[in-house]
Amino acid sequence: MKELSLNILDIAKNSVKAGATEITVALTETGDALDIEIADNGCGMKPDFLAAVTDPFTTTRTTRSVGLGIPFFKMESEMTGGTFRIESTHEEDDPVSHGTVIGATFMKGHIDFIPLGDVISTVTVLIQGDDQIRWVFRHRVGEKEVFLDTDELKAVLGDVPLSEPEVVAWIGDYLKEQYEDAGLPVPASGV
Amino acid sequence: MKSLAELQAIREKMQNKVVLREGSGNLRVVVGMATCGIAAGARPVLNTFVEEVANSGLADKVTVTQTGCIGICQFEPVVEVYEAGKEKVTYVKMTAEKAKEVVEKHLKGGQVIEEYAIKNI
Ligand SMILES: Nc1ncnc2c1ncn2[C@@H]1O[C@H](COP(=O)(O)OP(=O)(O)OP(=O)(O)O)[C@@H](O)[C@H]1O
Ligand SMILES: [Mg+2]
Repeated sequence: MKELSLNILDIAKNSVKAGATEITVALTETGDALDIEIADNGCGMKPDFLAAVTDPFTTTRTTRSVGLGIPFFKMESEMTGGTFRIESTHEEDDPVSHGTVIGATFMKGHIDFIPLGDVISTVTVLIQGDDQIRWVFRHRVGEKEVFLDTDELKAVLGDVPLSEPEVVAWIGDYLKEQYEDAGLPVPASGV
Repeated sequence: MKSLAELQAIREKMQNKVVLREGSGNLRVVVGMATCGIAAGARPVLNTFVEEVANSGLADKVTVTQTGCIGICQFEPVVEVYEAGKEKVTYVKMTAEKAKEVVEKHLKGGQVIEEYAIKNI
């Protein structure tokens, strides 16, 4: 992917497919490190499947086709000297508290670091695509923070859907202004 | 600073419209948003459709939705346009610029842009 924000979009789409009703995207920048975490309350994965998903290249048999979304994300973080983590609980193993947390840390100073890019677009596309899900977005840079919780917006919107084009446009502007007010660079595509 | 009060204003403006509109939109734009589409540039394509629909007041007529893999990864970003009583149009290798053109010529003007479309998919 050209931007890490595209990986975020791709990984979060897995959470949507997993039937999650709540998905949190959290970015935390401290010093030279950028940490990206996507957490959902979807169906989760069984331990053996989880192992195959993370590293499809080491599995000898391809009994099922596994995608490249997660391996790419893992590789892109490790390339910068960062680390990758994944935890998942399948709904059959815990019917009450199940879901998946995928996280990766990237070292921004490394030559192989891929820029974050337009994470605002990623958030608006995610909300537009699945407006029944509760989306929580948090971007912390040191002490500064940008935050969005679609439940707060839904409380104001009532019957008007979050995916309404004018509402999606408002969300994009709302995030943009939060970055400006916090004195943070507004995320944008390099290309 | 954008405030929630502003969102409240959008709500009041939209509320009646959204109810009236239920089921009346006759054009549906579907953008492929699987890994293959995202990697090929589907995000700016989707955003352009949403922005243009918002800006040109087409929301009564056009709905924009996302889907997974359409199955023709080599042609991504792929956009399908459905219109009641007409054959589906599949646009391939889309960009934000092409998306703007599709809004102008096809969605507003009713003219399919054959150059960007492929047949029989
Ligand atoms: N958050 C999640 N919850 C439950 N299952 C997941 C989650 N993320 C991934 N999976 C499972 O892992 C598989 C592999 O995910 P990955 O993103 O690597 O590829 P994919 O989505 O199958 O295909 P693609 O390459 O198109 O993304 C998924 O098909 C799904 O079964
Ligand atoms: Mg995937």
